[in-house]
Amino acid sequence: MSTFATGFLKQARVMTADLRHRKIIRTALTNYEIVRDKRKGAFQSWESARSAAAETKWEAVNHLDKYLVEFVSKLEARGTKLHWASTGAQASEIILEIVREKNARSVIKSKSMTSEEVHLNDALEKAGLEVVESDLGEFIMQLRDEPPYHIVFPSMHLTRGEIKELFERELGDAPSDSPEELTMVARRALRKKYLTADIGFTGANFAIAETGMISITENEGNARLTAALPKTMVSLLGIEKVLPRLEDLALFLPMLATAGTGQALTCYNTMYGGPRQPGECDGPEEFHVILLDNRRTELLADAEQRDALHCIRCGACLNACPIFRNIGGHTYATTYSGPIGSVITPHLRGLQDWKHLSAASSLCGGCTEVCPVKIDLHHHLLHNRRNAAKEKPALIERSLYLIFGFVANRPALWSLGKKLGRLSQPLHNLVKGSALDPARSWTQTRDLPPLAQESFKDWWKKRNR
Amino acid sequence: MKNEETVLSEREKILARVREALSVPAHVPGAHGLAPLAASAQSSAAGVRQWLPKVGNSFAEQLGLFQKNATELKTDFQLFDSAEEMRQALVRLRDAEGWKRVACHSGDLTNAICPPLNLPMLRTDKAYDVHEMEACDAGISECDALVAQTGSVLVTSRSAGGRALSVLPPHHVVIARREQLVADLPAAFALVKTKYAPDFPSMISFITGPSRTGDIERILVLGAHGPKRLTILVF
Ligand code: SF4
Repeated sequence: MSTFATGFLKQARVMTADLRHRKIIRTALTNYEIVRDKRKGAFQSWESARSAAAETKWEAVNHLDKYLVEFVSKLEARGTKLHWASTGAQASEIILEIVREKNARSVIKSKSMTSEEVHLNDALEKAGLEVVESDLGEFIMQLRDEPPYHIVFPSMHLTRGEIKELFERELGDAPSDSPEELTMVARRALRKKYLTADIGFTGANFAIAETGMISITENEGNARLTAALPKTMVSLLGIEKVLPRLEDLALFLPMLATAGTGQALTCYNTMYGGPRQPGECDGPEEFHVILLDNRRTELLADAEQRDALHCIRCGACLNACPIFRNIGGHTYATTYSGPIGSVITPHLRGLQDWKHLSAASSLCGGCTEVCPVKIDLHHHLLHNRRNAAKEKPALIERSLYLIFGFVANRPALWSLGKKLGRLSQPLHNLVKGSALDPARSWTQTRDLPPLAQESFKDWWKKRNR
Repeated sequence: MKNEETVLSEREKILARVREALSVPAHVPGAHGLAPLAASAQSSAAGVRQWLPKVGNSFAEQLGLFQKNATELKTDFQLFDSAEEMRQALVRLRDAEGWKRVACHSGDLTNAICPPLNLPMLRTDKAYDVHEMEACDAGISECDALVAQTGSVLVTSRSAGGRALSVLPPHHVVIARREQLVADLPAAFALVKTKYAPDFPSMISFITGPSRTGDIERILVLGAHGPKRLTILVF
């Protein structure tokens, strides 16, 4: 077992027993489900919208080269500087070069999972920069020195009391534990940062090929400010973010909001097509866009699972997943958690190290059902299991199946086995769940069903007599 | 900066990997024996309209829907019969909130409505000092459109006084005319294209209610980083 798998199992055991955690997550997600279902219901046809979204993403991802070239040339034509990064380290290095060139001391960031993926904050802080997360949830997590818990709700596992304590300790400012007042603490703390930061950093939700724009979806206005005030703006996005046409957003923006947070539209949906243009009064003088591969092309090369690149990171599959809801986001120890994380992490970080995630599923298909772009998530988990076993068969598993095949093909041996099983099962109770029990990992928390006293075959024989 | 050559080569390397990967075709959406989707129903405006939330056909219905959405979003929406009424409403807002200084840009509407405010004004018609804007009590702007379907205001860096005016001051006041109401998102994107293409403003933004967050226990709080209040005045 990989060390990642051992850590995962250990942490999962702790978290599933943590009833307080489970209650917090359940409360938060129950409210989300109610508003989301109401919003879905407002669509004239949510199902047709899903199909259209899946087709549009299919078109974009399956002609990625064409759309990337179009996106880039449109952006460049209006003064944006484009960069390409094959790895996360390269992406960080490109940003550090911009920092050095601008003599920058501070960076204000709006929410970006891609920057988590490349560990940008570490790289910037190591270079002596002040980095401030401006999204409230991300700000809280940065103060706690923890990665986001959920790709859309970064701090959903914390109570207001915990956040009050945190603000008191780290900022010396926490008048009460009311969410309103705590939010205002963050507002005050971050206002100054927007005004003084040298670089504004953002992610992007979509990249529009036709017009050469990135589109950013947010609720707080922090990305708007990040893209308005600092002199230099830098945006990092994965190459799969492309949509062919501007009007595709008329479908994707409301779908992302509905699936992600249960809103008809999030508060700010903003398209940026360049730095400040002639005749404009504000905005950055320079705009850099970095396109990141970081093994996305490897996932692209797997035609069977290519649709995992259609993901718009709405988080709906995490919210639906019974495993996520019980073990929590941090247990995955990945940038992207939940079903989509379990599907793509083995591609992005190594199949053998991360194959245990494909078993962290009840295969209920809840994720596939809620995915707004119809990614076949639970089948991809099965594909990952199959691929992992094919690439590196587990010796014990293989010998067990060999023995099973040998016995099952010999009726006499098989019925002997059945008899022995029936006789010995009562003895199993003596060792059940203990170190001596061969079925321990199952029987520790569950019962084995008793073998039937009479098999179907015997019963059939008797009946025909 | 990296020299031209390495930039080019990284680009070429990634594009080469993309092309190589795509040499194996992927199945089209609609897997597992289900009938494939209707041949490219892709998000054409007509298609999208059939699926998105319903918007009435008449102007009155659309206005009613905008109003309903605004209320849900906690946007303050006020409708007037004349420009004069709107001027008075703006003065009432000034008095109610005790505005000392506001930020604004020049435009036909703002020029016609704002003078009676009689307040020191930060103009964003050319470069301005952001610290001064931060100290303003309100930002007053025009817009490109109001979207009935979602209760959104469509602004751009060109139509609404730049990027910061609509998010930096604590209260954003939008001044618009009835005719600026469009039915839905497809109509709004069509408007952006006919109005600007190919020379788009560097920022195009749909503002849907005042700034908000739910990051603490998923409880709604207004005014996270952007404006705590959004007022839309229409005549
Ligand atoms: S896989 Fe689908 S449901 Fe999950 S985050 Fe991506 S788009 Fe949302």
